[in-house]
Amino acid sequence: MEPAMKTTPAQTWDENVVLSVEHLTMRFGGLVAVNDLSFNVGRGDITALIGPNGAGKTTVFNCVTGFYKPTEGRIVMRHGAGLQTDKIEALTLTGRQFNDDGDDRVFLLERMPDFEISKRAKVARTFQNIRLFGGMTALENLLVAQHNPLMIASSMTIGGIFNLPGYRKARAEAIDFAAYWLEKTGLINRADDPAADLPYGDQRRLEIARAMCTKPHLLCLDEPAAGLNPRESTELNNLLQYIRKDHGTSILLIEHDMGVVMEISDHVVVLDYGQKISDGTAEQVKNDPKVISAYLGVDEDEVAAVEESLDMPVIHGKNDPADNSEGGQS
Amino acid sequence: MEYFLQQLINGLTLGSIYGLIAIGYTMVYGIIGMINFAHGDIFMVGSFIALATFLALVAIGISALPLILFITLLVAMLFTSAWGWTVERLAYRPLRGSFRLAPLITAIGMSIVLQNFVQITQGARVKPLPPQIQGGVTLIEGVTENGTIAVQLSYMQMIIIATTLALMIGFSLLISKTSLGRSQRACEQDQKMAALLGVNVDRTISLTFVMGAALAAVAGFMFLLLYGVIDFYIGFLAGVKAFTAAVLGGIGSLPGAMLGGLLIGLIEVFWSGYFSVEYKDVAAFSILVIVLIFMPSGLLGKPEVEKV
Amino acid sequence: MSAAAKPGLMADSVKDAAVAALLVAVLGFFFFALRTDIGTGGLDLTYRWGLWFIAIAIAFGGRLLLNLFVFKTSRPITGGMSISIPEGVMSGIGRVLGPVLLLIALTLPFIVMAVYPDRDRQFIDLAILIMTYVMLGWGLNIVVGLAGLLDLGYVAFYAVGAYSFALLAQYFQIGFWTALPLAGLLAAVWGIILGYPVLRLRGDYLAIVTLAFGEIIRVVLLNWYEFTGGPDGISGIPKPSFFGLDFSRTGGFAEFFGLDYDSIHRFIYLYYIILILALITNFVTLRLRKLPIGRAWEALREDEIACRSLGINTTNTKLTAFSIGAMFGGLAGSFFATRQGFISPESFTFLESAIILAIVVLGGLGSQIGVVIASVVMIGGIEILRNLGFLKEIFGPDFEPTQYRMLIFGLAMVLIMVWKPRGIISSRNPSAVYKERKKISSDMVAQGEGH
Repeated sequence: MEPAMKTTPAQTWDENVVLSVEHLTMRFGGLVAVNDLSFNVGRGDITALIGPNGAGKTTVFNCVTGFYKPTEGRIVMRHGAGLQTDKIEALTLTGRQFNDDGDDRVFLLERMPDFEISKRAKVARTFQNIRLFGGMTALENLLVAQHNPLMIASSMTIGGIFNLPGYRKARAEAIDFAAYWLEKTGLINRADDPAADLPYGDQRRLEIARAMCTKPHLLCLDEPAAGLNPRESTELNNLLQYIRKDHGTSILLIEHDMGVVMEISDHVVVLDYGQKISDGTAEQVKNDPKVISAYLGVDEDEVAAVEESLDMPVIHGKNDPADNSEGGQS
Repeated sequence: MEYFLQQLINGLTLGSIYGLIAIGYTMVYGIIGMINFAHGDIFMVGSFIALATFLALVAIGISALPLILFITLLVAMLFTSAWGWTVERLAYRPLRGSFRLAPLITAIGMSIVLQNFVQITQGARVKPLPPQIQGGVTLIEGVTENGTIAVQLSYMQMIIIATTLALMIGFSLLISKTSLGRSQRACEQDQKMAALLGVNVDRTISLTFVMGAALAAVAGFMFLLLYGVIDFYIGFLAGVKAFTAAVLGGIGSLPGAMLGGLLIGLIEVFWSGYFSVEYKDVAAFSILVIVLIFMPSGLLGKPEVEKV
Repeated sequence: MSAAAKPGLMADSVKDAAVAALLVAVLGFFFFALRTDIGTGGLDLTYRWGLWFIAIAIAFGGRLLLNLFVFKTSRPITGGMSISIPEGVMSGIGRVLGPVLLLIALTLPFIVMAVYPDRDRQFIDLAILIMTYVMLGWGLNIVVGLAGLLDLGYVAFYAVGAYSFALLAQYFQIGFWTALPLAGLLAAVWGIILGYPVLRLRGDYLAIVTLAFGEIIRVVLLNWYEFTGGPDGISGIPKPSFFGLDFSRTGGFAEFFGLDYDSIHRFIYLYYIILILALITNFVTLRLRKLPIGRAWEALREDEIACRSLGINTTNTKLTAFSIGAMFGGLAGSFFATRQGFISPESFTFLESAIILAIVVLGGLGSQIGVVIASVVMIGGIEILRNLGFLKEIFGPDFEPTQYRMLIFGLAMVLIMVWKPRGIISSRNPSAVYKERKKISSDMVAQGEGH
């Protein structure tokens, strides 16, 4: 069980947890990008991971989705309700990657290869610099995302070659499912256009639609609002709310746009120099002086002044934003 | 022990030649990220130019061997550079910024063109040149039950190793100290940005090919002197080995190319000496495969961090 | 249009042509002007100043004409040649082209026999050769064109197929039709064995490793004398039978069907075998493209990391592409063995890999029709160059046109690539359609790892 921050009482995300990151450390050579980080993502929540540039947010994402193997720490994904502490501890001792008996499956993501995390643990992601299949149509992009169920439906290609009815049915359903998400993201009219041809905002939404086509339990979005205009930003908010409400998919997002973060997040985790400096609701985090100093980059005297006025102990540490780029890989 | 030392010397000599060719591959790969498949054939062209120059100098009556060798080396470097420049200008520059496979195919095409051009103009038969530099020093003389074994370091081998060493040092200085070297490194990092900052990208790339070709010419001349026989087909195998050397050392790295060249030379010679001559190529390629599987960026290459 | 109208043009063109001539003078000096030959007591040096001057003059004249009429004029005469064909016409041609080519391919032996009765054997043999390369091109297209894996050692699988059949026939007296699937299977297994350790290597590393494998297999075939016959190869490889009927003078195919014996029957039969094999390759590839596995290959070519984020096991996906490509190479190889009746390591050099790869890239990566066009142009072109004996009458008896074959082949590779870097057919057909099928311009299609 994750110890709650001293300022916050036990929160919903500590009780109904879909993903817990525990004592995660990631070192690149001598560089510590993430240092002993722990936080929980509540089921059905929209959780935001924020922090200055280079704070290690994308590194956390890459560890969660298996692109990096963490140096230390445990990352647990739960499909069933409850904390399932006993089951997880037992699994940790066995050296296995996951326990998928029954409905309350649990996964130790740090042990799983990246593609298994998407396939079994049902964690989908998008990328900071969009990674669509540019030469393939929007529809094809969404069909690639349904690769694994379609492979089974095509009896590992054999049935597909002979175009057996079972495969034909599965294929039609897959196209319908893709069309459903194209509809939801407002891209249905561009279904047969190559992804590289779409405008930037559409590409961002297509990437989200593609991730949703893997039917994830947790959707990780890396700066989904970056480069969007205000109207597109609002549309994105609505889309994320819809995904969370109607599909019950929990969302973990990295975002710089504070407007977006404050508006839609149920829970905000703040990183700086690879360490968690704040964790709470948007309202709590907004007023946390550590967050203010990390973001505003005020020098220490001013921080002290602010803290004095807030009746807080003085924090010692570097808070110069000019140094932030050295803080870790993002 | 004597046998081992002798093989070591032979391996280093052969490795020097591979290393010189490998530098051309590694520089071109470093700057424009393509495998210049025609580079092995540039080496072959260099050896033919050296041969013709050598014979022409003898024919016009110059008799001092050091002078002949020196002039031949310079002429071969100069004229082979022109070939290197032309190949880049005709087959690669029009495809700059195009798709990765297009220059690879033109490179293979150029390689076929060069081989057949030389075959047509110079004939398909091998060209033997009697050994020009004879003698050497005996380093160690050992006695075994079969008689004496001497470890020989021939003058030829000395010249090859010394020239390679001198060229390597000169070359490293060129890359690290001159503005040309700086332009080259800038183009390696980011061609567009380098161009915006006033680096003449076309010229820098051309010069890279010219330098690679000049070194290949040196290698070609030495190959001619060492083996005393060349034909239009020597470029392929030497080229593949040298490219293997460049990859083994970590492509893009100059010291890596040299190290890779020496290793490939040593592997080949030792394998031939202790196991079987027929499978020496298999040995060299197998080492390459094994190294790449366990060290995907070669011995001295920078490990590639996967950007997500 | 006239050069006089632009005074600067002539001067520029002459200057440029002079530079070109100088370059040829420099490059050609040691190759045109000097020639070394083995003479008595060492190498003789002969001088050929005439040849050198002719080469320089040709360079000057040719460049000048090109400058005046193509490169530097405001209205180059090539302007008339590159008429842009309207989109609709193009897709119309595209739709008709496939069936038309298929029809021609199906009836080719009879067309040839009717049109060129004297040289039918030669032309059908050429058609067999081209069709073999079409099949190889289609096989390699799966690996390079769809999955984006650069394979420079494809000939290894061709060799595995050929030697599998030859050795099975030699040691176990197994016939072509039994050996064919075995050879395909063996090649596929070799694809997995070679592919498994190296498929995680990126772009060019993969290329050099596959090249190394191709060479290793060739060297082993060359030196394992007791088993493979080494450089002598294997001869007496059995010919395929037609449902148990041989194509022999007596008691075979002709007698059974009451025909007069003619050796052309066997050629026609071989042609249809390779045609069917090639069509199977094509059919399977086209089906696979529309299946999840084929779409995963293309996605892999576009972005491997995104594939992994979507739960695709990229290693297995690459391996299937590699081994299916290898299988078709192996099938083509065992056909090659039965057609030739004799194989040796000579036939499986790197040049073969390069030619097959060139066919795939020149045709347009991933394009099935492109492979056909490129095979006909390149392989047919090489063979036509063999038949230029009449040039001897123009240039004298010393002129040997066949030796220019590979030179022209290489030049054609360079020129076509510079002219069309994306290959002859350069658009992609989507594998699934929601409403309207739109061609995808090749500018958007990635070419695989590395870039």
